[in-house]
Amino acid sequence: MSVKTSPQSRARPRAATEHPSGDPRFSLIDRTLKRFSFQQDALIEVLHTAQEAFGFLSDDLLIYVAHQLKLPLSWVYGVATFYHFFTLTPQGQHNCIVCMGTACYVKRAAEIVAALQQEYQITAGETTADGRLSVSTARCLGSCGLAPVLVLDGEVLARETPESALERVRQHLAEHAGGAKPETNGAGVRERNGIESNGGIHEPI
Amino acid sequence: MNRSDLEAMAQRELQRQQAFRCRILCCASTPCLSSGGSAVYDAINEAIKEGSLDAEVQAVSTGCMGPCSRGPMITVQVNGAEEVIYEHVTPEIGRQIVAQHAAADAPNREATPEVESAPSLSKHVLPGDIPFFVKQKKIVLANSGLIDPERLEDYVAHNGYKALAYALREMTPEEVCREIINSGLRGRGGAGYPTGLKWDMVRKARGDKKYVVANGDEGDPGAYMDRTLMESDPHRVLEGMAIAGYAVGAEQGFIYVRGEYPIAAKRLERAIRSAERRGLLGSRVLESNFNFRIDVRIGAGAFVCGEETALMASIMGMRGQPIPRPPYPAQSGLWGKPTLINNVETFGSIAPIIQNGAEWFASIGTAKSKGTKIFALAGKVDTTGLIEVPMGITLREIVYDIGGGIPDGLAFKAAQTGGPSGGCIPAAHLDTPVDYESLRALGSIMGSGGLIIMDEHSCMVDVAKFFMEFCMDESCGKCVPCRVGTVQMHRLLERITDGSATMQDLETLKELCVMVKETSLCGLGQSAPNPVQSTIHYFLEEYEAHIRDHHCAAGVCTLDKRPVTEWVHA
Repeated sequence: MSVKTSPQSRARPRAATEHPSGDPRFSLIDRTLKRFSFQQDALIEVLHTAQEAFGFLSDDLLIYVAHQLKLPLSWVYGVATFYHFFTLTPQGQHNCIVCMGTACYVKRAAEIVAALQQEYQITAGETTADGRLSVSTARCLGSCGLAPVLVLDGEVLARETPESALERVRQHLAEHAGGAKPETNGAGVRERNGIESNGGIHEPI
Repeated sequence: MNRSDLEAMAQRELQRQQAFRCRILCCASTPCLSSGGSAVYDAINEAIKEGSLDAEVQAVSTGCMGPCSRGPMITVQVNGAEEVIYEHVTPEIGRQIVAQHAAADAPNREATPEVESAPSLSKHVLPGDIPFFVKQKKIVLANSGLIDPERLEDYVAHNGYKALAYALREMTPEEVCREIINSGLRGRGGAGYPTGLKWDMVRKARGDKKYVVANGDEGDPGAYMDRTLMESDPHRVLEGMAIAGYAVGAEQGFIYVRGEYPIAAKRLERAIRSAERRGLLGSRVLESNFNFRIDVRIGAGAFVCGEETALMASIMGMRGQPIPRPPYPAQSGLWGKPTLINNVETFGSIAPIIQNGAEWFASIGTAKSKGTKIFALAGKVDTTGLIEVPMGITLREIVYDIGGGIPDGLAFKAAQTGGPSGGCIPAAHLDTPVDYESLRALGSIMGSGGLIIMDEHSCMVDVAKFFMEFCMDESCGKCVPCRVGTVQMHRLLERITDGSATMQDLETLKELCVMVKETSLCGLGQSAPNPVQSTIHYFLEEYEAHIRDHHCAAGVCTLDKRPVTEWVHA
């Protein structure tokens, strides 16, 4: 006795593996969880995946990860806040990272940071009020031969002066004034509003 | 795969490479990619396709060639002729290079590159006999810039995995440890503990499971040796780890890669997969009874994770906070099992030692420091980049011969080694041989290999403040001396650089240095005062000029505030 399956019913099992919120990005996290067979040791790897998919670690996301790995939320929060790489706040549309490694510092990278701070009225590590630009500093990007170095949306700008750096950032923002985000920044937030819509605690699958 | 298969693979690859009349090696490590290396590579490939030269000319994307500030770099190998190295290559120059070396040279013509005939090209030629190349001795980086890091075959063709095959067949684990002890190799992470002794300790330790960990969490600002090694020759690191695994009896290895190094992590993952596919890693390595798996762990940006106990905590998914030693990781490390932790560069030195013998390695370097060391030369020198030099070379040779001296006719002021854990070496000590003991005697350390050169425009107080700010930020907060001490020291340095300090502050600073150094839990805190102490030692007059005369000779500090005492007396 064979029941002819319709295309819809065949699609159903796939739908069941999706996250209740319907956000397909959770399947990326689930894939990493499975790869490490839900081992608690894999917490940092899971957080990496989560941040890559969502752009930042929202409270919901931390709760979800804690739940899946059966770890106390305080533990997950502790790890997420310990490492510089993880950010708990949404990032701007564009990001500008100024290298503050020794080689860049000796070549006056601090003045570039100061110029950017002055221009956009934020301190390093913050995002402008309109969510357009995040400015941050990095420990060392390892391109010391090109010091001082900036990374603007994934593009490396080498041997900049405060004036030229500011000019490049202004130009970059003006070019992308339409709000379209350049493809180059893989780690950035792709759909910022998408995250707020999955509010609430995420049930394990 | 067994030993003869390995040999056959090497032969096949060599024949394949020799079939090309001309090979164009394009550097694809981070600095060159940052300055447009991938566009150059694409342009060269296009030019080869346009000229239908696919059978004669091969473009290879390789690892780092060294002079990073001159990137994108290209090396051209023509059969029967000397290599030609090009600097500052643009896509347009890349096309010209193809035209010059490949298209113009018909196979029956003399294959000598006629560089003179193209004036625009000759400007970009970097002579192979400049001190930058001649003074170096490449052992760990021997393959870097020559092979395609993403192709296992290329590594095998350059004697890759031969040392592992030899060790597995001809040596007992004890003999491997003995060989490493005899070679005099010391940890390249900075502390300089004899590698062989550490291996032997883990070998003798009891445990049903043991682990091997490669420390690639290169947190020092201004250092990128480990990244370059992992990017340029990932199989070399894997081979060293596998030999270590065999020597200590471990079946599982981890490479901890810094989060900021996505290319290195990607290439390592790929290298592990291809080595596992060929039976060079995984179960029954090279058809022996030895199993060894390697996993990559990505760090998440914490300097303290370079400390071994913190690194292990991070691998286990915890906050990277150090724990007191003993017990040392050799007795109780990852998940309480004996664990061998070495720096990536240390593992990179293993294969050549096994292949060429301990005596050969011990013949290089000084009495107590053997072999070579990779430095990331940066700051105010003409040619910055990655260099590998024999131990015992003087700083002067590194700065003036290899680095080409200080640009703009300025004077050398200090060389900073060891990053935030090291110190500054003044001009008076330029002739010091670079080895573990000599640098320590000068109040600095070898460190992992960052070497920043400073000229007259660098204020030493400001540099000390920069490193203290770094340590303050990176302190994990577990022990009080480091957590509170670094903040207080930074505050004092800030006062000195803004002009509001008194001579008493300088005394307090000196006292705090000793206190933090003596009482901190881990290496971070114990070495955090080093930059301050060494600059106070060698550049005391600069500190005094800041405090007494409100004068910064380098013109870096603003010094616009005044001490509170002056207001009182006014």
